[in-house]
Amino acid sequence: MKHTPINKLSLTLPAISINESVSRAVVGAFVACLNPTINDIADLKCVVSEAVTNCIVHAYPQQDTPRKPGEIYITVVLYDDRRVKIIVRDYGCGIPDIAKAKTPLFTTDPGGERSGMGFSVMENFTDKLTVQSWVGRGTKITMFKQLH
Amino acid sequence: MSQKNATLRISYQDDILLADLIGEMDHHTSRQLREVLDAELHKYRPTTLVLNFEQLTFMDSSGLGFVVGRLQLLGRFGGLLRLVNVGRHIMRIFNLAGLERLPNLHIEGAAV
Repeated sequence: MKHTPINKLSLTLPAISINESVSRAVVGAFVACLNPTINDIADLKCVVSEAVTNCIVHAYPQQDTPRKPGEIYITVVLYDDRRVKIIVRDYGCGIPDIAKAKTPLFTTDPGGERSGMGFSVMENFTDKLTVQSWVGRGTKITMFKQLH
Repeated sequence: MSQKNATLRISYQDDILLADLIGEMDHHTSRQLREVLDAELHKYRPTTLVLNFEQLTFMDSSGLGFVVGRLQLLGRFGGLLRLVNVGRHIMRIFNLAGLERLPNLHIEGAAV
């Protein structure tokens, strides 16, 4: 049975690290109208934070130069069966090997104290995770979660 | 704004450094917390570092890097790391990474 979207949020933010907290706060507030459990809200805020951090750390590696930082496009759709879809899209460098990137503890930045657990957290805290990436053209993360 | 999203309250007694983590830990704030805490670790070289999670209201996988990084630093002094008052959600992230298997690290959950 096809379920109907009941609300939609589109959010565009520059890929700067201060927006990790901004993005999860906005998504948390948007989803709050469905009266989610504390655990569900915590899961959603966490996966948004992970996906957005990936854009900031990996997608636009030249962000610290005087060049204008890239942008992160977040879309959240609420469905009438209490499912939530979250899309986090960037137009950055892309991921050459998605399977490798998703491997627990794999990181391209060990000196930066990155844990390499971002995708594991996204997979475990949602019901479905899809990663699409095109080298040189960016990455699209799509996540679904059924609220309790 | 987010510059104040996380702070540390630090005290030192009997060779134990206690750090209360306050606010939200993500990639942005963990860098700031790390700088402050590492300065204290180098100053005191404690036998035990206690990280108190009671007032940490959010943590993503950046917190894993933070904990493992401090554990490695303490290892240079022969120190131990204790994580106390870890809430259920943060504990799930630690368990995902298998943190409980690391030597010289003790994790205690929050009282329910």
